[in-house]
Amino acid sequence: MAEAVNEEPARIGGGGLTDTEVENNKKNTMVEQQGSTLLRRLEISVAEAEKRTGKNTVNMQETFTMYLIETRLIDVMTEGHNPAPETLWRRYSEFELLRNYLLVTYPFIVVPPLPEKRAEFVWHKLSADNMDPDFVERRRVGLENFLLRVASHSVLSNDKILYGFLTEEHGWKQLVYDTGFQAKADSRIKALSATFRVKNPDRRFTDMRHYSDELQSITSQLLRVRARVADRLYGVYKVHGNYGRVFSEWSAIEKDMGDGLQSAGHHMDAYAASVDDILEEEEHYADQLKEYLFYAEALRAVCRKHELIQYELETASADLISKKQQREELATGIVRTFSFKGMTNKLFGQETPEQREARLSLLEEQIVQGEVTVKEKTSECREYVNGAWVDMQRFKEQKDRDLREALVSYAVMQISMCKKGIQVWTNAKECFQKILSSVLMNTDQIFVG
Amino acid sequence: MSGTDAESTVLPNQTHTMAADICGQTLDLDEDDDLEVFSKQATHRSALELEADDEGDLKDIFVTVDNPESHITAIETFITYRVLTKTTRSEFDNSEYEVRRRYQDFFWLKGKLEEAHPTLIVPPLPEKFVVKGMVERFSGDFIETRRKALHRFLNHVADHAILSFSEDFKVFLTAQVWELASYKKQGPGLLSRMGETVRAVANSVRGVKNRPEEFTAMQLYVEAFSNKIISLDKVTQRIVKEQKEYLGELKEYAPVYTLWSGSEDTLVGPLKGVADCIERCWKETEEQDNHLTDTLVPTLHEYVLCSESLKAVLRRRDNIQAEFEAKNEALATKKVDQDALKEEIDKLEDRVEWANNALKGDWSRWQKCMRGDIKSAFVSTAQKNVDYYEKCLAVWETFLLSQRSEGSEDADNSS
Repeated sequence: MAEAVNEEPARIGGGGLTDTEVENNKKNTMVEQQGSTLLRRLEISVAEAEKRTGKNTVNMQETFTMYLIETRLIDVMTEGHNPAPETLWRRYSEFELLRNYLLVTYPFIVVPPLPEKRAEFVWHKLSADNMDPDFVERRRVGLENFLLRVASHSVLSNDKILYGFLTEEHGWKQLVYDTGFQAKADSRIKALSATFRVKNPDRRFTDMRHYSDELQSITSQLLRVRARVADRLYGVYKVHGNYGRVFSEWSAIEKDMGDGLQSAGHHMDAYAASVDDILEEEEHYADQLKEYLFYAEALRAVCRKHELIQYELETASADLISKKQQREELATGIVRTFSFKGMTNKLFGQETPEQREARLSLLEEQIVQGEVTVKEKTSECREYVNGAWVDMQRFKEQKDRDLREALVSYAVMQISMCKKGIQVWTNAKECFQKILSSVLMNTDQIFVG
Repeated sequence: MSGTDAESTVLPNQTHTMAADICGQTLDLDEDDDLEVFSKQATHRSALELEADDEGDLKDIFVTVDNPESHITAIETFITYRVLTKTTRSEFDNSEYEVRRRYQDFFWLKGKLEEAHPTLIVPPLPEKFVVKGMVERFSGDFIETRRKALHRFLNHVADHAILSFSEDFKVFLTAQVWELASYKKQGPGLLSRMGETVRAVANSVRGVKNRPEEFTAMQLYVEAFSNKIISLDKVTQRIVKEQKEYLGELKEYAPVYTLWSGSEDTLVGPLKGVADCIERCWKETEEQDNHLTDTLVPTLHEYVLCSESLKAVLRRRDNIQAEFEAKNEALATKKVDQDALKEEIDKLEDRVEWANNALKGDWSRWQKCMRGDIKSAFVSTAQKNVDYYEKCLAVWETFLLSQRSEGSEDADNSS
């Protein structure tokens, strides 16, 4: 149920404090607990999902889902109190906004992905409808997972915009836009899709990028094949349900076979029905794979960004070198490299000493600027490499852990499915065995029923 | 027969030690031949007893159908099957026969049996023509399926207390190809057979007036049974089809995990493990599907054909009664030779009674047979499914165990 945002005084930055004070409070809280992630201090959950209707940006009616985010300060709870959680409602597009902001602000971090916007890799019985309750539920879980991952990340969890997302229902969007990240976002997108060649690529990042491509390709292939297998399995189980119907009808006309057939039929119905739960569970496995499909994209983006920075550094360096060479040429009069100006000078005569001076001082300015740029780019690159490498390692460890767990849980699901199968068919076999094959000695017993 | 029981466990390489014992009990037959016959009989019995309706009686005739061969003549290509008979019955001159028969010979036999015993439930033959589109008449699977069905047909006949003593059956089993051809030419000519058919049609058009209640009940049962068994047959065929599609997709699944393991380091173990599990389960699934095709499908299909036979049997019984009723009416209305007609009517009346009794007797035999066959086919299928899931369970549990022990190893290493 929707709750109004609480105005309880216990809330950090509760009503009555000025905006600056609110800001300071937050900063101080963060500083106090530096080194520990947000999740250690704050309990976060996406508790519910609710359908809403409203007017969209082009003033048309639309239906969308809102998700209820609940947060609770952990230290408040340990004192024996159990206060009600702070709540606010967010829709998917706001989660997207948060993520885009994080992507731009921390380009060297492999930012956790959101659950898919539209249902993909569906096997045909599974609904591809965004309004389908199962889809909404799985998305709720995925959104919660996203928040937990972000809030437990050593770098991302300190972000103020993240905190605002969790605690400030209204006005948060404006806060995000005020950071000016939009401009960076546009240029980032352009840069990531551009093609450029780096002269001295960092081998580690190249390898990582290849890996991210492979991971993307393999997980999407796996998801597709799994969906097809699920589809077929569904068919096999469901056809057995027909046995139930026919056995039941047949048992009505058979003496001595009736009971055995009837009860066997019930087990066949149970068998057919059991596949729904089996495949529902498998969707969780699919969701885990999907998360890493999308993570692969994020990893790739980090590598590409590095390439871009590297390229910019290389370009700036090359530019600086070229400018220095030009200065040397002007100063000494020795032409080392071909230049158009040199050619025209030869053809049309030398320039005046004044012109030469002007050009020289321009070059000097540019060189100074260039050196600053190169310095900046170099340190940017270095910082980026350090930050990215650390996070990529963290990501790898997390991925290995998570995927191994996913594979183990997949095995557990298969085991459960086998156990159910053994149960059903053992029961069915008992029923079939009950079918008596007694000899009809009396011809009067030919009569039906 | 009882004398041979002792020798039935003899192994071929004990020929000479047993020679002395046997000589005393048998006629001047080559010792080796006797032993060969006995030991073959032993294996035959164990193989065929599974199919035989075991009422505790000792079987004295064993028939097998095997060894399909294709024959090419100027006009046609056809398949013949080897029919092997071993028997101790005195009606047979020899104890062993080997002949080659083609489908139309079986078809002929069935016709003759139905002719001689119109109200006995003659076992069904596999279909004459294959309706289902693309199946090659000479494909290995088709021939094998047909061979098995023909084998079952002859065995059902051999097991039938009355049908197995039919002269036509004996000729079928023993005559050489040219002998059978000339034997077939005997009996009522084409014209008289046509006449019979016309009469049969006329009788069925006339219809029977006073059908006894029990046969009406039987007919209702047969209608219902026929519907149910056809449905079961369809459902089972559908399951086989769905499973084949499932197998197709499953085959693509394991390789993806293997491919993935090529990009990983820490995850190589679990990924390869999962791939391996899926491959094993695939094999088990294929085996289970084959079992369905070999056991349940043919049984259900046979009873679909059976239900058609039952309908035909009831029709023939009705026709016999209709013929009697017609003549009886004629007695009352037509002023013909009363005595001659009366004699004919008495014969027909006997015929009706005989037909009814034959059917009643055979009906209970058939029902018992049907229940036994259906029950054992389904029990076997259920058991196979249990085995299948147990095998797959073991596969995944082994994997899980390996991961859990690896997990605790890692924990130890990192601490």
